[in-house]
Amino acid sequence: MLVRLSAAIAAAICMLSGAAIAQNAAKPTDPQIAHIAYTAGQLDITAAKQALSKSKKKEVVSFAEDMVRDHEAVNKQALDLVKKLKVTPEDNDTSRALSKQAADKSTELAKLNGAEFDKAYVANEIAYHKTVNGALETTLIPSASNPELKSLLQTGLKIFQGHQQHAEHVAAALK
Amino acid sequence: MLSPGRYLFTSVVMIWGLSSVPAEAEVIQVTIDQLVFSPMEIEAKVGDTIEWTNKDIIAHTATVRDEWDVIIPANKSASIVLRKAGAVEYYCRFHPNMKGRIIVNPK
Repeated sequence: MLVRLSAAIAAAICMLSGAAIAQNAAKPTDPQIAHIAYTAGQLDITAAKQALSKSKKKEVVSFAEDMVRDHEAVNKQALDLVKKLKVTPEDNDTSRALSKQAADKSTELAKLNGAEFDKAYVANEIAYHKTVNGALETTLIPSASNPELKSLLQTGLKIFQGHQQHAEHVAAALK
Repeated sequence: MLSPGRYLFTSVVMIWGLSSVPAEAEVIQVTIDQLVFSPMEIEAKVGDTIEWTNKDIIAHTATVRDEWDVIIPANKSASIVLRKAGAVEYYCRFHPNMKGRIIVNPK
């Protein structure tokens, strides 16, 4: 009974974390969207830096370098844009939920080493990009009201879809 | 005002000049936009230059494994001169799902 109950709770938590973006950001404003998109990029840079300090696998290292390079480039554009539009990114529940999940994941990954770390990092990159891409497609892009912000998010989506496919290639190579 | 005879002469010289062009190397343009090489497939000949123009906000490469590796920074161009005949598949090292193809004909 206890086992069944914990399993049910675990399943509920899983569903919650996956739906965190979609639920909290039902109708996000532009300042919130900018914050979410920027945060999502920064979190992936942090994850990549952890991988760069831990992994020795060539494919994983170059993937992590790609994540740092691309997300820094996209976030630089995002900062330039919010400055130009005089929008102040606004912290919100979605950004906080993403940060919390990423911190938990990082603690979990810190305990792993070698091939175990590589697999877990890449698996999480696939899941993370899927979640963020889903949120961009269904919530963030349709909700963005400024056309320049919308366009940058659309560009970001293309780039992050590429990242997801890249992560899937790396995962296949690790098997 | 050119006389008809002179005009004809000029045209002949121009055509003669044009007909010798195929021996000269060309610069073939490929655009990168939203993580796509366009045109995806091009035909060229040995000695031609391929110039990639990157319209994206992120850097890309045009890479043939163990052959060449051209880095194209964001909003910049980079090029390579084709030295060898044959068909090559290239890809972006940073985004391996981006692919292109060049058919290189002999000179």
